[in-house]
Amino acid sequence: MMIVLGRTVAVLSFLLVMFSGQPQSIAGEGIEQTLGQITSEDESVRDAAVRSLIEQGDVSLVPRLEEIRADASRSIRQTIKPLIDLLKNRGKLASPDSDVRRSAATDLGTSGKPVAIQWLNAAAANEQNKWVRYTMEESAALLKLTSDDPSIKIAAIEKLGELRSENGVPAMKVLVEAGAGAEATESQKRVATAAVASIKDIVTWGAWSNAIETVFRGISLSSILLIMSLGLAIVFGLMGVINMAHGELMMVGAYATFMTQEAFKAFLPSTMFDSYFLTALPVAFLAAAGFGLLLEATVIRFLYGRPLETMLATWGVSLVLMQAARVYFGDLTSVVAPAWLSGGQQVLVGVYLPYNRIFIIGLSIVCVLGIYYALFKSNLGLRVRAVTQNRNMSACLGIPTRKVDSYTFAFGSGLAGIAGWALTLIGNVDPGLGQNYIVDSFMVVVTGGVGKLAGTIVASLGIGGLNKLIEPGFGAVYGKVLILVMVILFLQWKPSGLFAMKGRNAD
Amino acid sequence: MSDGATDTKRAGGTAFWVVGAILLLVMPLLNVLPPEDSWFHLSDFSLNRFGKFLAFGILALGLDLIWGYTGILSLGQGVFFGLGAYCMSMHMMLTIGKESVYGSEMPDFMVWNQVKELPLFWKPFYSFPMAVIGAILVPMLFALIFGFFAFRSRIKGVYFAIITQALALVAWLVFNRNDTNLGGTNGLTDFKQIIGYRLSEPGTQRVLYVITVLCLGASYLFCQWIIRSRAGRVLVAVRDSEKRVVFSGYTPANYKLFVFVVAAALAGLAGMLYAPQVGIITPAQIGVLPSLEMVIWVAVGGRASLAGAVLGAVSVNYGRSVLTNYFPELWPFILGGLFVLVVLLFPDGLIGMMRKGKGLLRQKKSGEEKPIVPNQKLAVPEGKR
Repeated sequence: MMIVLGRTVAVLSFLLVMFSGQPQSIAGEGIEQTLGQITSEDESVRDAAVRSLIEQGDVSLVPRLEEIRADASRSIRQTIKPLIDLLKNRGKLASPDSDVRRSAATDLGTSGKPVAIQWLNAAAANEQNKWVRYTMEESAALLKLTSDDPSIKIAAIEKLGELRSENGVPAMKVLVEAGAGAEATESQKRVATAAVASIKDIVTWGAWSNAIETVFRGISLSSILLIMSLGLAIVFGLMGVINMAHGELMMVGAYATFMTQEAFKAFLPSTMFDSYFLTALPVAFLAAAGFGLLLEATVIRFLYGRPLETMLATWGVSLVLMQAARVYFGDLTSVVAPAWLSGGQQVLVGVYLPYNRIFIIGLSIVCVLGIYYALFKSNLGLRVRAVTQNRNMSACLGIPTRKVDSYTFAFGSGLAGIAGWALTLIGNVDPGLGQNYIVDSFMVVVTGGVGKLAGTIVASLGIGGLNKLIEPGFGAVYGKVLILVMVILFLQWKPSGLFAMKGRNAD
Repeated sequence: MSDGATDTKRAGGTAFWVVGAILLLVMPLLNVLPPEDSWFHLSDFSLNRFGKFLAFGILALGLDLIWGYTGILSLGQGVFFGLGAYCMSMHMMLTIGKESVYGSEMPDFMVWNQVKELPLFWKPFYSFPMAVIGAILVPMLFALIFGFFAFRSRIKGVYFAIITQALALVAWLVFNRNDTNLGGTNGLTDFKQIIGYRLSEPGTQRVLYVITVLCLGASYLFCQWIIRSRAGRVLVAVRDSEKRVVFSGYTPANYKLFVFVVAAALAGLAGMLYAPQVGIITPAQIGVLPSLEMVIWVAVGGRASLAGAVLGAVSVNYGRSVLTNYFPELWPFILGGLFVLVVLLFPDGLIGMMRKGKGLLRQKKSGEEKPIVPNQKLAVPEGKR
């Protein structure tokens, strides 16, 4: 609702600008004259015309200029081109689309034409969107840096420092160098001192924003690992079985999403296309759960109590599934993220959070809550916990343990399907999809221990976070080496994971 | 407690020598004696390929010791294999000398990566004996350190399998790097000679084949000796019930570490023999999937049977090289199907099927000596009870 309102306001203001601009340009007899002068062979006349057009003209001149440009000589075209760009960008400053406004402001900032300062200031005064306003102010300050007046320069430098503008750093570094020279004037030196202070501010902020983004990336990776590991961990806790085909069940979920998308493309009007993604959620869950049920009934059921053999057999299944996907779908298929999940939100200067990552983080929280509810409030959950604690006793009390096993396995597989559904947002759908994260999520299960969800949550946060924390310093490969070493050392301290089941046990 | 070894003790004696004689004498003679167009002629290519399979057989013996007899599933044997193969390959890289593409004393890929000076850890491999010792000692040392930490903290079962799989993944990643100076993704290749003999000569390859057979035979006897020793009994006991072993006053960790290190040594030996025969070693041979395939060799051949392990390694690899030739798209299906089928339907593998096929009388006997398959009830993870 708010967005619609905002857009209406933006459109109205755009129209207002159009109307207020229109009569002026038509009324100005002088402008017609200058437009004629612009095609003049005399370079000085031409330049004067351009200057005056920049000052007086606006976006309504663009079609005329384009017309003139179309049948002008090469040198005249070259004169007109920057003029058109400038005027176009000026027009775009009033565009209803905030991204267009922002990129226009950025372009004007790098144009080096001080005349744009007033346009930017005027636009910034009316701007509602915080980040567009930020860019407008930044661009205006950047243009002021080229001023000859040292006091304006210093004001611009301070403004850039205040804005934490990374874009201002190169220009300011030039000013610092100018001030450091032997024959630098007093005013140049003052400018340089101000620039040094601003650069320092900006660099400090840069480090902070980097840290924030690293933390965000860590949490994002952790939540992917978490969604993957939850299903794995529940099944491992209940049946002592590690499902090596878990990654391929994710792949099934991802392909189910892909196929839902294709079905929407083929059978439904394009206006409904964006809703395919939510429709794909139950499809992915059910497809993966169905595969899981089948896998349990045909393979795992016969291997109870032989966890190592189960690993090998499920690995075989994963090979078959992967190759089947490769043969059937080919190697390159991808899902188009729905419009409401593309793009992102800038929260701070230099900190940009993509919507799809935020969505995945949210999804993992929802999954955890859902699983807590399913395990601790539902009837099936009660049975699952009972069988996890003591299989024989539960059987004696009349719990159909085999049924519980197969439902739980299907549920865990369905979670893998959800993970695959979410992963389509951040990468291609390909047969190797499951392999990318699977070893990491095994490590999460091992580190987290069996039988407690908290272990899985903490372990995936730890491994995902460490991964991203180490990566900048050591590189991705040595980061993985380090994590393996850490996991092994951690298991020295807690051999059965973070939250081991307590019980009477000879070990 | 009896195990598969008792069976081999009786029947294995003659069979071992017969098979050994065929591999050692008949095969090379079929390669040398009959004229090339004869039906009995064994081509240089086939002999060389068979030598590679037998090298895999050595690795399978080690894996059988640790998995079949001791019940520890290691999904990282490819790493030890790779260490052995790389040690030998580094030596062969250095003996290429000026014959290389760039005509430099340095290995080609280093010239390519603009490494000016030979890294220090390459230097010992100028010497052939050092390479041979390294190919076996480096994997052993590595296994010793890794195993020490793993078994000390009683990581076992599924946990151990996953940790070793992570090890294989990590090793694969590290060997793929260019900055480790091990040839990156392309690995080490283009070998010319080994202790002065040209690798392209069929004669050299024949000798390598014979050496492989001899090493296989020696490894077989060594493994058999371990299994029949008191320590071997403890290993089987660890597999069947580790708790009881602890209560009987043994320290399973030491036995496990011992067998893990032996398996690593055998994998290293296999790698060392593999490299000169195949002429290339790349990280693709040591990753997660190759390591898992090694397990399936043993499973197909028959766990807890040394002959089965070798048989499995040879037959799976033979099947692979034939099938990937004709139906490259089908191979993953077949391999995956093998994993499932063998585990579900033929837990004793080929050897088990052969034993069953040996007639009623024999079958009854081997029925009494069944515990080749790990005792199913006892294999339930102990936390579950």
